[in-house]
Amino acid sequence: MSAPASAASASAASPPALEFRGLGKRFFGVPAVSGVDLELRHGEILCLIGENGAGKSTMMNMLGGVLAPDAGEMLIGGEPYRPAKPADASEAGVAFIHQELNLFGNLTIAENILINTMPRLPGLPLVNRRALRREAREVLDAIGLDISPDTKVDALAPGEKQLVEIGKALAADARIIILDEPTTSLTNRETAVLFELLKRLRDEGRSLIYISHVLADVLALADSIVVLRDGERVGGGPAAEFDQPRMIATMVGRSIDQLFPPREVGELGEPVLEVESLSQPGIVRDISFTLRRKEVLGVYGLMGAGRSELARILFGLDPHASGTVRVAGDVTPMSDPIDSIARGMAFVTEDRRDEGLLMDSSIVDNMSLVSLPRRGGGGLFLDAKELQSTALGMAERLSLRSGDPTLAQPVRSLSGGNQQKTVIGKWVIERPDVLIMDEPTRGIDVGAKYEVFTIMNALAAEGTGILYISSELEELLGVADRLLVMNDGMVVAEFPREAFDSERVLAAAFAREQSATATEASA
Amino acid sequence: MNGRSLWVLALRNAPLLLFAIIFLTFGTLSERFLELQSFENIVKQASFIGIVAIGMTFVMLTGGIDLSVGTNMYLSAVVAGLLMQELDASPWIAFVACIAVGLAFGAVNAFMIVRLRMVPFIVTLGTLVAGRGLALLITESRGVILPSEMLRFGSGDLFGVPNPILVFVVVAIVAQVVLVRTRLGRHVYAVGFDDKSARKAGIGVDRTLATAYLVCGACAALGGFVSVSQLGIVNPGFGEFTELYAIAAAVLGGASLFGGVGTVLPGTVLGAILIQMVQSGLVFLRVDIYVQPLVQAAIIFLAVLLDSVRNSTLRNLDRRKIRVEPTAARSTASTRSRADPPTR
Repeated sequence: MSAPASAASASAASPPALEFRGLGKRFFGVPAVSGVDLELRHGEILCLIGENGAGKSTMMNMLGGVLAPDAGEMLIGGEPYRPAKPADASEAGVAFIHQELNLFGNLTIAENILINTMPRLPGLPLVNRRALRREAREVLDAIGLDISPDTKVDALAPGEKQLVEIGKALAADARIIILDEPTTSLTNRETAVLFELLKRLRDEGRSLIYISHVLADVLALADSIVVLRDGERVGGGPAAEFDQPRMIATMVGRSIDQLFPPREVGELGEPVLEVESLSQPGIVRDISFTLRRKEVLGVYGLMGAGRSELARILFGLDPHASGTVRVAGDVTPMSDPIDSIARGMAFVTEDRRDEGLLMDSSIVDNMSLVSLPRRGGGGLFLDAKELQSTALGMAERLSLRSGDPTLAQPVRSLSGGNQQKTVIGKWVIERPDVLIMDEPTRGIDVGAKYEVFTIMNALAAEGTGILYISSELEELLGVADRLLVMNDGMVVAEFPREAFDSERVLAAAFAREQSATATEASA
Repeated sequence: MNGRSLWVLALRNAPLLLFAIIFLTFGTLSERFLELQSFENIVKQASFIGIVAIGMTFVMLTGGIDLSVGTNMYLSAVVAGLLMQELDASPWIAFVACIAVGLAFGAVNAFMIVRLRMVPFIVTLGTLVAGRGLALLITESRGVILPSEMLRFGSGDLFGVPNPILVFVVVAIVAQVVLVRTRLGRHVYAVGFDDKSARKAGIGVDRTLATAYLVCGACAALGGFVSVSQLGIVNPGFGEFTELYAIAAAVLGGASLFGGVGTVLPGTVLGAILIQMVQSGLVFLRVDIYVQPLVQAAIIFLAVLLDSVRNSTLRNLDRRKIRVEPTAARSTASTRSRADPPTR
């Protein structure tokens, strides 16, 4: 408990761990970051918040040696710091834990943790595997992960991978650790474990920069907060001076009274997706529910409860052993996505980078992807003009902001929120009957979330049935008409909007341990 | 449970199983095939492709490809041969020169791929053509006759182990140790898994890639040297199509064309012997010489098909189960056995 205090008093005498002075970076003349001052003390957690495109990533990429600043300077421990490549950053004790983890699934945990510093046998170029395992074991103990260091990383859960990534930073003895949205794929329990670890690292005197859109997490974790908007520092100070409304107001430059657009639920339409006793051994069991036109049906569950797996089965990506899925009254078993799409289903996947988008293709190309097979009608060749105008119309509807008015810009260069809008656009161009959205707001900012919800409402009003899967309970409660709770591959509870109650939902979602041990005991 | 884990075990060791099946098939069709002498001959003939394929494995593990290995073999053997034929150089000097040419060839590939960021497929396709042209220019497309010492090495043995096999074994062991037990080796796997991540992780991606092409070049030259020491002559067509056999050997041994997956031992070594075994087996069975390539190709297709089936099945089996089925394993087994008899 006395550690932060002593660290603070030390920092008064010694220079801060990290300092930015008037840091700036332009892309093609457009400022992404301009004139940012920042001070990170020893033993401090600094939370960096701002909407997508506010310049957080650009700033951290400069710190991590990925980009070179073109104005201002960075100092580490009072010394000028000019990394030319990521290796220089790690040399200087800076570790950057990206949103997409940098782990090698084909290597073991130990090899991943010590990828650069694999201990060698004395006098030989050979890796000392015993020492490798021992050092990795020490790191694993430090991060509280009780798994053999010889496990291949591919076999780990997302939360475990996140911890391994932090273990890598510790093994490199990083003094400054940057974490970019580390909790997006973690369960609540995994998040709690992570936060404990981060606080412990802070108390050891390390400095952390934590980037997140989850403002509750920021309040729970931060010692100080810096708010960015349009590349400039628009606010900052001790965390105690902030609460959620103030953070949001500073981020967006206006106050958002409501995080969710008003939703007017009229008369629901006829059933459009009917699922009956759907089971797949080891994945889901006996799932039944009905989704009606104009309805937003929420699906909540902890990580590993089977939410995304259910979505994949419904969309025909994964098999199911028994049960029926009826889309608009049609019971033919779904065999593959082509079939599902033809029958009016659409699926916004949880991983937009891997599954949802072709990152190097243009916005137009991405948006036309799903509808292409049905637009060859006129002849052998694609009607580029029509594709272009359809995409433009959709972009406007989604208020997708692109620097290039013809939408020829590669998707990679868009902010997270605009990437997500592109994914949604590609699916809704054909006006699906059933739209499955898996974590559609992951990693996007408050403003973009609001827009995504607005799009959902508009689609529902037009008659689409929306299955909205999320691990953000607050958002589900704010947007859904009805909520299913999944646990251990089963639907364990259902709440109509009138009965929404976060405690009861969480109780149903967390009941896993009891039920699992009960099964164990009865068997 | 038992049957299933056996199935998984079989799938994981598919190259080994395939090897055994083909060996036994030829063995039952021709008794002579099973003699130790013929197996030794097969390994001896496989050794040069094996050595080249081991280098290829390095490159393929990084996610690249080297189509120029056959040309590299020819050019480096030509230089070595001419040194001995024209300048009376000793085989040792010729050997050093041969490897040096191989390394230089690999360095040219590496320079274009790593420094100029060109695509490996195209770069090595280009050097495949250019290198052969250069070698033909030097030799005026005449064969280079090698001194008898070379043949003595090629047909000699150490403690009863033929020299080509010896070289093959040493290269395989060294390569295996490098891949599994050195930083370089682990970085090769990391780069092949995801080069962008590797760069961010501070791995010297360029250095790792360049090393892989250098290793491949050296292995190609060494494989060529071993081969010409058995032939006694470097013919203008020497090394043609070797790249295809080398790639096939690596793939048969389980290497992925997308990088990050593959082994030298047993993988590529088995793959190389497998290819030679099929070739020799067809000769043993007196299969029409024009039909032989067709059978060979069929077996390669079969192996790659098996491999893709294996990969998708293993991926499904390895997929994380998110719930424990209460009716799984023992309970189903016991309820079934109890429930079945009465209904029948």
